Amino acid sequence: MSNNHNGKVLGWGALGALLLLLLPTAALAQEAAAAAAPVANKGDTAWMMTSTILVLLMILPGLALFYGGLARTKNMLSVMTQVGGAAALAMLVWVGWGYTMAFGDGGNAFIAGFGKALLKGVTPDSTAATFSEGVVIPEYVFICFQMTFAAITLALVLGSVVERIKFSAVLVFGVVWLTIVYFPIAHMVWAGNGLFFAMTPAALDFAGGTVVHINSGVSALVACLILGKRIGYPREPMPPHSLVMTGIGTGLLWVGWFGFNAGSALEANGSAALAMINTFVATAAAGLAWLLVEKLFGRKPSALGFCSGIIAGLVAVTPAAGNSGPLGAIILGVVAAFFCYLAVTFLKPKLGYDDALDTFGIHGIGGIVGALGTGVVYAATLGGPSDADYDMGAQLWVQLLTVATTIAWAAIGTAIAIFVAKLLTGLRVKEEVEREGLDLGEHGERAYNH
Amino acid sequence: MKLIIAIIKPFKLEEVRDALAAAGVQGMTISEVRGFGRQKGQTEIYRGAEYTTSFVPKVRIELVVPEGQAATAIEAIQTTATTGTIGDGKIFVLDVAQAIRIRTGELNDDAI
Repeated sequence: MSNNHNGKVLGWGALGALLLLLLPTAALAQEAAAAAAPVANKGDTAWMMTSTILVLLMILPGLALFYGGLARTKNMLSVMTQVGGAAALAMLVWVGWGYTMAFGDGGNAFIAGFGKALLKGVTPDSTAATFSEGVVIPEYVFICFQMTFAAITLALVLGSVVERIKFSAVLVFGVVWLTIVYFPIAHMVWAGNGLFFAMTPAALDFAGGTVVHINSGVSALVACLILGKRIGYPREPMPPHSLVMTGIGTGLLWVGWFGFNAGSALEANGSAALAMINTFVATAAAGLAWLLVEKLFGRKPSALGFCSGIIAGLVAVTPAAGNSGPLGAIILGVVAAFFCYLAVTFLKPKLGYDDALDTFGIHGIGGIVGALGTGVVYAATLGGPSDADYDMGAQLWVQLLTVATTIAWAAIGTAIAIFVAKLLTGLRVKEEVEREGLDLGEHGERAYNH
Repeated sequence: MKLIIAIIKPFKLEEVRDALAAAGVQGMTISEVRGFGRQKGQTEIYRGAEYTTSFVPKVRIELVVPEGQAATAIEAIQTTATTGTIGDGKIFVLDVAQAIRIRTGELNDDAI
């Protein structure tokens, strides 16, 4: 278990026996590979294909409904199209140059080499390593699994800028942002020669707390600060137009998140099972904790609060999924719900930024709580899977460095990507379009005709 | 002929309808409306963002009755729609110049 620090860190590597040389635990595998090329286990392969599709379910329709319900009636289709369009774009870019930048051969601490651009050299016989010696999955499955992560992360960022950003701006921003922010961070955290994995001890990020959540949350904050507030915010009421859809989206996200977290074990095994139970209990704890916090602040326990708590718990348990015991995961969920509640209820109005659907408040803050908390709950003394001589202080320092680097990288890269989009597309819709709604103004349709 | 417009609490609709039917009223039109009077609006809170809705949901009943039936109908509405609290609504009565049944072309009291 102690090898399972990072959900995907070893996955990039053993695409061939040669690459295994680069891995810290490669000595035995090298011998095994020399004896006979490992064959993918059908059970693992089936599970990873399933997990990949579960992550797709998180985006479409999960995130599209979750975000769409939180928007106003006049922007429902715009939100769905932006989420779907961004995800589709990310899939193509991933095949083009994303995979090779994140997980290709060679490269440095920040990006991998470009040898696998357009998936050059990958065949149905190519394999990707898992965490167990001699156990592999087809490389195409690994590519698809990772592709869905790039897709959902870009789609998440959009939560802060919806209801006013142009669709064309989303596409331009997406290409630039994936290239200069997502692929490098994915490489740094998950590739064997990546910056964070090369640290001692290696940063703990099982399924993408930094890569997906801190990254998308901070990027969302920077993007909405540059883009500006929606007309009328916060003076005019902008309540969610359908919490039913948000609720349906929440359910789909939770279900899909089992692919996201348990799939990050890369095998159908005990580590995946640990990630699975944690994805249940951290989420359950966070959903109820949010309602309790509302109660403590004199509010009613709200449906949106329950949904928000669920997402906060899922976000926080992401880096900890295979790196915590169930009790640690429950505590992590409760703490995340508390901090995310404070962020969306008090921090946002106080600072006055218009993070429309609270991507920063939930993914950014929840991601930071999760990344730091993982360093705590990993400890064997708290039921985590660490070795007995676990040095929590050293681990927390690495976690903190990872968080800080991700925040800085995401902030700078997002600023650049937004300015490129502004230069090429104008970034923001005209005032009439924003007032009338982006559904009509940008897409020529209405979500509801009755 | 009188046009009676009553704005009432939505949950009182069935009771009022039954009372009017008992009073011999032949038909009515109802719509779901929003408005405000002395009753305060409701407060909604989404992730800490508080919105006060200044309009509360009501049901509007419209019916046209012959001159002689107006007082009975008004009394039926007033006695059944009341709860004794603010927000019970109002009844307005207007004179009607003409009524025509579309199917037959019958006029006025015959058309009601």
